[in-house]
Parts: sequence; C-alpha cells; structure tokens
Amino acid sequence: MGRRVLLIEDEPNIIEAISFILSRDGWTVHTHTDGVTAMDKIARTPPDLIILDVMLPGRSGYDILRDLRANPATADLPVMMLTARGQTKDRELAERLGVTRFMTKPFSNAEVIENVRALAGA
Amino acid sequence: MSQRQLTGSRIRQHRLDRQLQQSDLARAAGISGSYLNLIEHNRRRIGGKLLQDIARALGIDVTLLAEGAERGRIEDLRGAAAALPGAEAELGRAEEFAGRFPGWSTLIALQSAEIARLERQVDALSDRLAHDPQLATSLHAVISTVTSIRSTASILAGAEELDRDWQRRFHNNINEDSLRLADSARALVDFLEAPAEARQGPRSPAEELEAFLAALGHHLAALEGTEPALRPDEVARTAPGIDSPGGMALAEAHFRRYREDALRMPLSEFARAARACNYDPSVLGRHFDARPDAVLRRLAALPEADDHPELGLAICDAAGAITFQRPVAGFSLPRNAACCPLWPLFEALTSPGRPVLRQAALPGDPSAQFVCYAFAAPRGATGFGQAPVIEATMLVRPDPAPLSDAGLRVGSTCRLCPRPVCPARREASILTAS
Repeated sequence: MGRRVLLIEDEPNIIEAISFILSRDGWTVHTHTDGVTAMDKIARTPPDLIILDVMLPGRSGYDILRDLRANPATADLPVMMLTARGQTKDRELAERLGVTRFMTKPFSNAEVIENVRALAGA
Repeated sequence: MSQRQLTGSRIRQHRLDRQLQQSDLARAAGISGSYLNLIEHNRRRIGGKLLQDIARALGIDVTLLAEGAERGRIEDLRGAAAALPGAEAELGRAEEFAGRFPGWSTLIALQSAEIARLERQVDALSDRLAHDPQLATSLHAVISTVTSIRSTASILAGAEELDRDWQRRFHNNINEDSLRLADSARALVDFLEAPAEARQGPRSPAEELEAFLAALGHHLAALEGTEPALRPDEVARTAPGIDSPGGMALAEAHFRRYREDALRMPLSEFARAARACNYDPSVLGRHFDARPDAVLRRLAALPEADDHPELGLAICDAAGAITFQRPVAGFSLPRNAACCPLWPLFEALTSPGRPVLRQAALPGDPSAQFVCYAFAAPRGATGFGQAPVIEATMLVRPDPAPLSDAGLRVGSTCRLCPRPVCPARREASILTAS
C-alpha cells in the first residue's frame, strides 16, 4: 500500500479529479467532506499528509489546522491548504497557524502532484 | 469687500429679481431713489427699521437681507475650496462671490456636497466588494468550479489512456461543472449590476435621521400628547427616508428619548413656560423637575410654526464625535472633521453634571454669535462596576449682545478658521495661508 493522503474537500468533482491523479501517482487517497468530523477521521485513519480545503461545511480548514497543531500526535503532520482566496492575509493566517504548503485555486494537476511529492519527501 | 457692505448688493439683487424699478422700491420704503442707489451700491450702511421696511416692500423676510445671510453658503464655499486646495480658489473673496453670484455659489456648494456624497458611496461600495458575503460566496463557487473543470479537463486531455468508465464519469463531471459555472456567473453578474440600480447610494444612519427630522422642523407631532398617534418604533419603521437597519435603530432610540422628554414636559405647558421665562433652561428644569440635557433637547424640538426662537442643538459622545445636531443659521458643527474644541459642548464633557453657560462667537461675522447652554451626563442607566457612557448636549441661541470678555472665540474647524492666534489650534488654516 502506498503512502496515505487524506483529502478534506467538499466539492465532489474536485475530490474525484484529485483522487484520480494522486491514485495514479501511487498514493492511497482517503477523502472526507465535513469540517466538524474531520478530526475524528484523522484519528481513525492517520494519514501521511493532509490536503485541506479552507471553506468546509461546519468548520473551516483554519480551525482544523489549529487543532492539528495543538495535538502532539499531529503537530508535525504535513498539511497543504487549498483556497479560492489568495489574499496575503489568508496566506499569513495559514502560515501563523502552521500550514506546510498553501495552494490557490484554480491549480494545475501537475502542481498538486509536485507539491504532494515535495511534502512527502520533507 | 466686507460682508457688512454686501447688504446693498442683496437688496439690489432681490429688487432686480422682482423687476422693480429703483424709484418704486424707494417710494415703497419711504426713502429717496438716490439714497436707495447709494445703499444698493454699498456706499451707505443700513440696518434696523429701514432694512425692515425695504424687506417688507420686497415681500421677503428681513433675514434674507441682513448681514450673515450668506454665512452658511460662504462656509460651504470655503469647505469646497478646502476639499480641492489645488484649485487655488480666491478664499479672501468668498464673501464677495457669494453676495454677487448667489446662484453660482449654490451650484458650487451643491456640487461639493454631491462630490462628498459620491465619495462616501464609493467607499461604501469598495467596502461592500471587499467584505460582502454574497460576493464572496459567488466568487468561491466560480473558482471552485473552474478548479474542478481545469483538473478534470487536464486528465481527459492527458497523454495517458483512460478506460471508458472513467472517461464517462469525467465527461459527466465537466458537464455538471459547466452548468454550475453558468449559474455562478449569472449570480455574480446580478450582484455586480445591483449597485448601478441603487442610484441614491448609501447615507449614514445619522444622515438618514437628521434629514427626516429636518423635514419636520425637528418636531414630532406624532409623539406628543398623552395618547400619541404612534409609538416610537412605529415612527422609526414608517419614517420616509430612514431605510437602513442602522438608521431605523438610531431613529427608534432617538424617538424613544423624544417621547420620554415629551411625557415629562408636555408640549403646551412647556411652550407656555418657555415663553414666560424667555427660554431659560434653568427655570424650565426647575419647573418640570427635569435634567438639563432633557430640557435642552425639548427646547430644540419646539414647533417652528409657533414663532419660537431659532434654537440649534448638538450632541456628542465622550470622544467628541458629533452624534446628532440641529443646525441653525451660522451654527453647524462638522461631522466628518475635528470640531473646534473651544465650543462649550466639549467643556461640559470635562465635568459631567455641571451646567455650562457661555457666549460664543464665530470669526468674521458679528451676527454669528450665540449663547450656549451645555450639559454632560451619563446616557442610560449605569450599573455598579460599569463605566458610564457620557454624552454632552448643547443648545445654541443667536445672541445679539456684545461679546463679553469671558465670551469664547470659537470656530468650526481649524482648517476653516481665520483666527491668527488660538491656543487650541491643531493645524494651520487655509484661510490665513492664503
């Protein structure tokens, strides 16, 4: 089994596209669509890295990132955030909370694979 | 040319507007044509009974001819010049300009006010674009859908072969996304077109309330009497021009306090008592056992039609921001710029509970002089352990008496105040600079 990526994203067609390209690249992809129960999912299926959307139903990606960094078990887990807002203040907030990478939508498939590979090697 | 000299120009303008011969007006006013000619060319000073006779002969109120009639307009012109200093307007000739070209002066003042309104509208729209949740949602939907289409299309167009099931799924996804994108784009266009339809643009809640009150002469007949026609919240909800939630909330609070004042000081009894004591707030406070700020508000709400004196009112919070005002001729405090700190309104803030009585004069015009009553007190109930919310209230009444030694030499704002020496000056004046 390849290394595990957890994709937390609420847009089904983005989930399908990213899951497809990462699976084809050799990753085992788990997905989750809800912000409120995301931490339970991470605890049940610990991934090697997380791709985390900012705008999620129930709870934002920022809240989830804050919880991840506050938990010793996930404090060092690589997290790549996806957002439609590329403003400096959003990027700064994510960096303050401890994000590992930050990608602005719309991105290319090549960028996703390149960043995930880089994070796995980090 | 001083403002005093311009009374003659005003008489001449009103006479010409009415297509009256100089000799006809002179006869009606009981003077010779040659004397009226001297007056009209500002070579004889005029006032008192003769000015009243000429006003009567012209069929206009004497205040339209008296000194200071253009004071508000002159302030408007100076304000317009301050807003565009690069135009290098001849500030020293503002009074002459207002006297000689009242129509053009009005046009400049109105255009300046319109520019200020449009600037506020642009600020509000910029703020809306930056923070509007509807716009953020629409944009997020567009970008998410574009992301999905881009990623899916790249897979389909890629060099690697896909089996049929995956091809079908991705084609369906792109089709779904294209429909979503069309909806999101339509929502975005609807949003962006909306401001163009709202031609009037946003006014601040305070502006909505003050415009409504100004139209009624600051007297709310619907809230008077033992059984008023409407409740304060009903007046706020139905008031023409008060449309924003902020305006309605502000209006309701204002009208509730108006109603409390009206209950404590019933209109007919208050008006009678006010006339009897020559509108002395101290006497009225004792008579009605009312706090001074309530008496000041009540005096400023007397109906204009009943021939009460013209009374202005200003209220500020503890930071000195003007939260409400009723302007009168020669008295209007700037809402969006720092006021002259010498007004008794701000002196009252320094010692809540102590009534302040002062004479105050504006520069340049002897008629722009007022007696000011100011009082600061907590607004609403204050609990133990809570800091009181202090506000100050000031009533102004035109005062023809000579300014005493203790009288205050005030201004509107430093930028428009020509006083050469002032201990409270915080910035240079554009008037003295010119």
